[in-house]
Amino acid sequence: MIIFSARNVTKRYANHTALSDVSIDIPRQSIFGLLGPNGAGKTSFIRIINQITGPDEGELLFNNQKLAPRHAEHIGYLPEERGLYKKMKVGEQALYLAQLKGVKKHDALRKLRILFEKFEIQGWWNRKVEELSKGMQQKVQFIVTIIHEPDLLIFDEPFSGFDPINVNLLKEEILDLQRNGSTIIFSTHNMESVEELCDNIALINNSHKILDGSVKEIKNRYKTNTYSITHEGLQGSMQPFLPAGAKLLSHEPEDNAYRSVIKLMNGHNPNELLASLLPHVTITGMSEIIPTMNDIFIQTVRSAGMNNVNQTTDSTTLNN
Amino acid sequence: MDKILLVIKREYLSRVQKKSFIIMTILGPILMAALFIVPAILTQLSDETKKVMILDETGWFLKKFENSDRYVFQNIYTDLETAKKTLTEQEGYALLYVPRPDVATPSSAVIYSKKQVSVDLKSHINNVMTKEVEHQKLSAEIYKEISKNNPGALDIHGDSLTPESIKSGEIFKNIKTDINITSIQIKEEGKEQKSFAEASMGVGMFAGILIYFFIFLFGSQVMRGVIEEKTSRIVEVIVSSVKPFQLMMGKIVGVALVGLTQFLLWVVLTLLIVTVFQASMPDTLKKTQETEVFSQGNRIPAGMENIQMPEEEAAPQGMMSMVTEALGTINYGVMIFSFLFYFLAGYLLYGAMFAAIGAAVDNETDTQQFMMPVTVPLILAIVVAQFVINNPEGPIAFWFSIIPFTSPIIMMVRLPFGVPYWELALSMALLTVSFIVAVWMAGRIYRTGILMYGKKVTYGELWKWLFYKA
Repeated sequence: MIIFSARNVTKRYANHTALSDVSIDIPRQSIFGLLGPNGAGKTSFIRIINQITGPDEGELLFNNQKLAPRHAEHIGYLPEERGLYKKMKVGEQALYLAQLKGVKKHDALRKLRILFEKFEIQGWWNRKVEELSKGMQQKVQFIVTIIHEPDLLIFDEPFSGFDPINVNLLKEEILDLQRNGSTIIFSTHNMESVEELCDNIALINNSHKILDGSVKEIKNRYKTNTYSITHEGLQGSMQPFLPAGAKLLSHEPEDNAYRSVIKLMNGHNPNELLASLLPHVTITGMSEIIPTMNDIFIQTVRSAGMNNVNQTTDSTTLNN
Repeated sequence: MDKILLVIKREYLSRVQKKSFIIMTILGPILMAALFIVPAILTQLSDETKKVMILDETGWFLKKFENSDRYVFQNIYTDLETAKKTLTEQEGYALLYVPRPDVATPSSAVIYSKKQVSVDLKSHINNVMTKEVEHQKLSAEIYKEISKNNPGALDIHGDSLTPESIKSGEIFKNIKTDINITSIQIKEEGKEQKSFAEASMGVGMFAGILIYFFIFLFGSQVMRGVIEEKTSRIVEVIVSSVKPFQLMMGKIVGVALVGLTQFLLWVVLTLLIVTVFQASMPDTLKKTQETEVFSQGNRIPAGMENIQMPEEEAAPQGMMSMVTEALGTINYGVMIFSFLFYFLAGYLLYGAMFAAIGAAVDNETDTQQFMMPVTVPLILAIVVAQFVINNPEGPIAFWFSIIPFTSPIIMMVRLPFGVPYWELALSMALLTVSFIVAVWMAGRIYRTGILMYGKKVTYGELWKWLFYKA
């Protein structure tokens, strides 16, 4: 079940291309990480989903229908750059923004009361926004983002500016929303929270989508058949005892033991490694090294950058 | 559509609840009322009686000016040059000169004075003369009418004058009179200078200046509102719910309503204060108020009401006032309608431009470069208005009242002097077209600009934004 689908979307501005031929499918009720370095085109993509701007080419589907203005009421958006009317009272403002999203005044009031209580800002209803601390303002903003119970929520760096307690509150809330049927697009540079929350991701770099899929699958794809073994009883390197096709990457003392990182060539499995080591060392632990999203991010973006550089050089040569 | 109403409501309420709005609303009428009240008190205080000489070549107004405790009228019988000399040498206050008319009835007069002649004297003279001329014309018309309907009854007193002939209104169109009074100040050295104390000039200029302030005050409120939304970044949240064009129009309309509210409150409160003041000091204000506040509308009715009808004393009063009302409203109605039109259309034209400027910049200090082309036509209009008052029919007056960027001000200045309807229609049509174009262009610049941060924009870029796809 796909809730939102972008097909071959291209968006150009006067001096640069923000998105080129990007296709992304967002499964319903998933938490979808939209990743990429600064200036990659994430915000452009988010603005296209919100219909703030339109694509130059390509097609957008919301619930299998062509994306149209009426869908705005089913989408909630928390931009990275937060903002509220500073001189307006908190309650009035929340009500106004809720009504703009098509919530009836009566319903909006009822829901706002509940959410204000949940986020413990009920006493601030009649205060002006400028009197609130930044964290409080963030809470208000978060509330108005979800007040109309949208099917699709877009959070751009939702945790910035929150203390750890409130970050947890927010995470809980996001997971709650997901459980209740919402789909969440989550744009962030914080890879830890991606690992923690996201089911699927897409990585955009330099206007191109360079990676997408489920987090599990991507991690598997990026495994390098590398293992970490902690062992005792061996003073020197374990190099002599390694089977064919295994390569020792590092060997360091750790507490009273040693930790060695070994990479296996394709077609070799860890059992072979264990079999050939067992007669010589006491193995106290073994684990496969799985790349973190952070590693994957850096690695993919770097190699994409390299390709780009190569391409540019090529074209320059051609031009000459 | 619902959403644009929500936006309008917010823009309106958030502004009328501001302290500055409330203070302005209270202060404005007090200042304006003071404008009416203070001169009235001052003239009342100077209780010396002023002598006005009358040189009447027509002989129509020989005994029509009655002395009051402020003015003594004296008829003189000499030529103009001698009379002027007498004025400069003696203690006379002013000289009213009614030249022999080219056509049948007197239609103009000149007031010579050493000092700027007071408005109330001028209005008084205008009233008396208008009344007299209309009176004479009416007599003639009625006489004609009777002789036409009833040729044999010329000597019958009134019985044959049918109400229908009055109701038809023809008579009143014919007798409507506009006396053109010029006032000339004689300086010590004998130089003469036209002065601008005439009420009609005042009304036009006042309306023009009001429009000027309205456009500036509320246009820049639109601009500041846009900048506020942009810098606080709330605009991104809002345009994910409403179209940028809706947001822009909601703001422009909302602020316009604030302006109208303020204006109406000013008018109502000013009238209230003046009325209350007048009621508490009955003598002080009567004349001034009559002639200044309602000068356009009431001048003619005031004259008509007192017309005595020698042939038909029994002419029903109600019918008379009905007809005179109709007469009175022609000028007044056009004036008010035009004022509201230029007030709103002019504001929409400039408001749209102000909104576009707000969208193109990041903060108020950056607005300077774009403010120039918007403010220059407005300031130019105010400067040109001085010339237009001198020569309301000239080419400068014509072109500046047709060109949309200055027409809201210049046309208002011209209107009291009488403007052909085709000119008024052309000016309004052009203004309508240009505010539609301006709103369209502003909408284009706006939707791109509000999402553009941290970049100094050039005119070239603004031009490109016009043709961006959404």
